[in-house]
Parts: sequence; C-alpha cells; structure tokens
Amino acid sequence: MDISTENKPAPPTPQPSQTEQKRAARGATRPGDRVFLALSRGSGIFLLVVMAAIAVFLTLRAVNAISKDEANFFTTFEWNPTGDPPVFGIAVLAFGTVVSSIIALAIAVPISIGIALFITHYAPRKLGGPIAYVIDLLAAVPSIVYGLWGALVLVPNLDGLYGWLDQYLGWTGIFEWNGGAPRSLFTVGILLAIMILPIITNVSREIFRQVPQMHEEAALALGATRWEVIRMSVLPYGRSGIISASMLGLGRALGETMAVAMVLSPIMDINASLLDPGGGTFAQNIASKFNEATENGRDALIASGLVLFVITLLVNGTARLIIERRKEFSGANA
Amino acid sequence: MAKRIDVSGLNAYYGSFLAVEDISMTIQPRSVTAFIGPSGCGKSTFLRTLNRMHEVTPGGRVEGKVLLDDENLYGAGIDPVAVRREVGMVFQRPNPFPTMSVYDNVAAGLRLNGSYKKSELDDVVEKSLKGANLWNEVKDRLNKPGSGLSGGQQQRLCIARAIAVEPNVLLMDEPCSALDPISTLAIEDLIGELKERFTIVIVTHNMQQAARVSDRTAFFNLAAVGQPGKLIEIDDTERIFSNPSVQATEDYISGRFG
Repeated sequence: MDISTENKPAPPTPQPSQTEQKRAARGATRPGDRVFLALSRGSGIFLLVVMAAIAVFLTLRAVNAISKDEANFFTTFEWNPTGDPPVFGIAVLAFGTVVSSIIALAIAVPISIGIALFITHYAPRKLGGPIAYVIDLLAAVPSIVYGLWGALVLVPNLDGLYGWLDQYLGWTGIFEWNGGAPRSLFTVGILLAIMILPIITNVSREIFRQVPQMHEEAALALGATRWEVIRMSVLPYGRSGIISASMLGLGRALGETMAVAMVLSPIMDINASLLDPGGGTFAQNIASKFNEATENGRDALIASGLVLFVITLLVNGTARLIIERRKEFSGANA
Repeated sequence: MAKRIDVSGLNAYYGSFLAVEDISMTIQPRSVTAFIGPSGCGKSTFLRTLNRMHEVTPGGRVEGKVLLDDENLYGAGIDPVAVRREVGMVFQRPNPFPTMSVYDNVAAGLRLNGSYKKSELDDVVEKSLKGANLWNEVKDRLNKPGSGLSGGQQQRLCIARAIAVEPNVLLMDEPCSALDPISTLAIEDLIGELKERFTIVIVTHNMQQAARVSDRTAFFNLAAVGQPGKLIEIDDTERIFSNPSVQATEDYISGRFG
C-alpha cells in the first residue's frame, strides 16, 4: 500500500502537511486500525506469555523431581517417586506411547486415505455426503466412550485376531501370543487408530477435493485410468496434506488418556511381544497416578508430561522438515 | 501415425442441457484444423468429445459418431482410456504435473503404458523435448520441477508430454491464451512442424492465429445464450478468411460481432 501511494504523481491539490505525510506513510491513522492493531498484537503476546508460563512451570517442577530421582530418569522401568529413595523413569512410558501411536498410525493412515479417496473420487455424490457425515460424527464421540467400547467390546473379541497374528507372524517375536488377556499395546493401537481415523480422513478429504481439475485432466488426457490419475495427480498433490493430517492424528494418539487407561493393563514393563498385556503411556500413567500422588509424585508425573511435550514437538518438527524438503515439488508453486 | 477424423451427427450434453448440436465434419490427417467462434459456442466442448474428455465432466454425455480412420470412438466396447492414449490433448493453461520433474513429466505417459528401460526413456524424452523445441532450454535441468519453468516453456513441456506417447491426433484447447506473444510465436512455429506427423485440431480465440497456423477453419456459433452451439461452416482457411460462404462467418471475422 505504501509503495503504491509513493509512486503516484503528486496531486495538484495543496500539499499535505509533514505530519500528515508521515502518518500516511505509517498507515495506521484511523482509530479502528489502532484498536484492532492493539487487540491483535495483545492476543499474540498473551499467547506467548501463556506458553512461556506453562513451559517454566513444567520445567521447574520437572527439574525438582528429576534432581531427587535416584535412578536414571530415561532408562529406568520402575515408577516409584514416593519411595525412599525415590526411583522412577520414563522408559516404559516412552516406549508404550510411541509404539501404540505408531501402530495406530500404521492402521489408520491407509484406511483414512482409502476412505477419503472413495468419498472424493469414487463414490457417487449421493453416497459420499452421508459417509463424510458419519465420519464427522465419529470425531465427535468422547474418548471415554471409545474407552468403554474398547474395554467392553474390543478386548473380549480380539482372541481370534491375536491367534491369527500369532500363527502367521508369531515367528517375528513381536506378534507372539501366549493366550493372555489382550490388554496390550497392540489393542491400544487398534483403539487409537479408530479414534484418529476421523481427523485424518477429514483433512485428507479436504486436500483431495482441492486438487486442481487441470492436474487430473492432464493425467486423464495421457490415457490414465482412475487409479493412475490418483497416483499421478491426486496423491502427489496431497502428499504434504496427508503428512499434516497424520501428524494431527499422531498428536491425538500420543496424548490420548482415558481410552488407553481403560484398555491397557498398567504394568510398568516393556514386553518383547506387542500382544503381551502390560505397558504404559505418558498420559495414561499421569491419569492413573495423579489422584493418589504426593507432591513428589506429582512433580515426577509433570516431568513425564514434559517429555511427552518434547516428543510431540519433535514429531511435528520432523513432519515439517519432510514437507519443507519436498517443497519445490509440492505443487504450491504451480 | 496421423489419422483422419470423421464426425457425424454429434450432440454433446451437460446433464439435460444440449451444448453442441448436430455436428458433422471431416478432419484431414497431417493438417491443422482450427475451431473459431464466440465464447460459449461449444467449440471447446466439441474438441473434448474427440478424445472422450467431455464425459469426465459430471453430467457430460455424447450422442453420435466420431470415427478415427474407421473406428468409432463411441462404439460399444471402446475404452475411453485407450482413446485418450491415441488422441493427445494440450490444455488452455499449462498443466505440467507440479510434483514431477521436467523429465518425469515427459516420461509420464510412457510409464503409464508399460515399463521401459532407462535408455529408451532417455531417448524418448530427448526426442519429445526436441520435438517441442524445448530441449536446449531444459537439457541442463531435467531433474528440476516442471512447474519452475516459464509459462511458455511449461506449455511446450505439455506438448512434449503429449507427443511422447506418439498419439495419432493432437488436440489443443486455446494453447496460447495464457502466453505472451513471444511464447505464442514459439508454439505456433511448433504447430507448423508437428503437423508433419500428427493430425492437429486447435481451438483459438485469436483469429490471426487461426489464419496463421491452420489449413482448415471451422466456424462455430450459437443463436443465443442458452441455445446449443452449432457448426456454421468448415472450409479452407484462406477461403474462410477471404470469402466465406455464410454471412455470419464474415460478420464474425470482420469483427462486426462476437
């Protein structure tokens, strides 16, 4: 705006005074502009202050707890912050959180992409709308309901699947099953997959819908089949969107609390097999232990929460890196 | 191998709206045929019926016959995907695949049709880019994204992509309308060279362009908005621009309407 006014030839009307010119150059002269500027700037600063306050609070309490920890905070399996001496570590929690979330993503991402493609590119319009609506509904179900369903319906009905996995993939070791109750990280992964499916589907669907017609026609005109159009135009165009959608889903999976707590047997141990009951996640551990925890115990839980926070940051950073690295080819410059 | 196109009694619809009515014409191989006419007269729609792209639009359907040599493109058991491999198309706005490099863009059609050795692909890519007069400009950046080229280069890349699969016919839907005059000239020169090998059909709003590049010109018109577009006449370009047989054609060409 400034530039365009500068380049205009001087009007033949009387020259504006110097202060007026300065004001015009600065731009914000009207009261409405000033109020809005103050409001938006204030909101921005407020957000930063809140973030900083949270970070300081978490770090102080966490440092307090870790300094009292007699064991290695990162490698210890045990969680006994109230003992004498206090011994606790996040190894089990970190493993459980990351592994259950990875299982959830591995199940949910392909299914979500499939649903999103079906809605946008295969289903007749009359069918696509209702399906999209049902998926939206899934997103609105509270996680405690998923937890109830997981504990009452999913867990009692997994023996068949577990047996099948053990029979065909048992040799890998990670799918070995000895017949224990299926309250394992794998079950948690399945439940989390169902919970994050709607968000990944919805975001992917919006991305696929935005693929420019001309890219799809380019592939069609070369003699591409519907699947080839999707492979050549739709998926590459939607790539960064799919990654973002998966990260949103992963964020939810990493932080999910109640549903995990209701399904998992909270045993502080890392199993070789994903199908063995037991394990823990950060959020689940905090939820189960917070009420009975002493001050030391709470600080320890906060320390584990800080680690979850850092993991989430790392995951998001990695996703951004992946998107950034392929930016040239992203289609954003087309 | 260039093929001849025979259209008879063709109607094209969008849902229940008849967009193009009763078109019959013959398009000669190894020649350039230009479609001119006011906006909305159905020339682009008609062009898109020639490679069965019209039916991709929701509600789009076609009645009538389009013979490519002796094969009816709308015959029973004809796969539209196979038709489009034979009849290539270049669009109004350059649309290289944004996620692919220059090389991959040109090779895209071949990769659809089967597996090729790297050396074979290299040859076809080079030949096609040379055929599109683009090789010298991009040979050092074959692995850079195609969307990083200028508009005119992108359009020639799209032409290279279309001719890489050796189609029989090349359809061009206002290929220069988004380009500057210099790029336009480059494309027009290219069209002159390509007609040695392909049957070319080009839709254009630029009558000088039609006069410059085409051997035959077809004039389309519509009675009023909401009415179907019709073919008014098709004749040698020279005759259309000097002494057309229909008054409406002369009015349009001399700028009295449209």
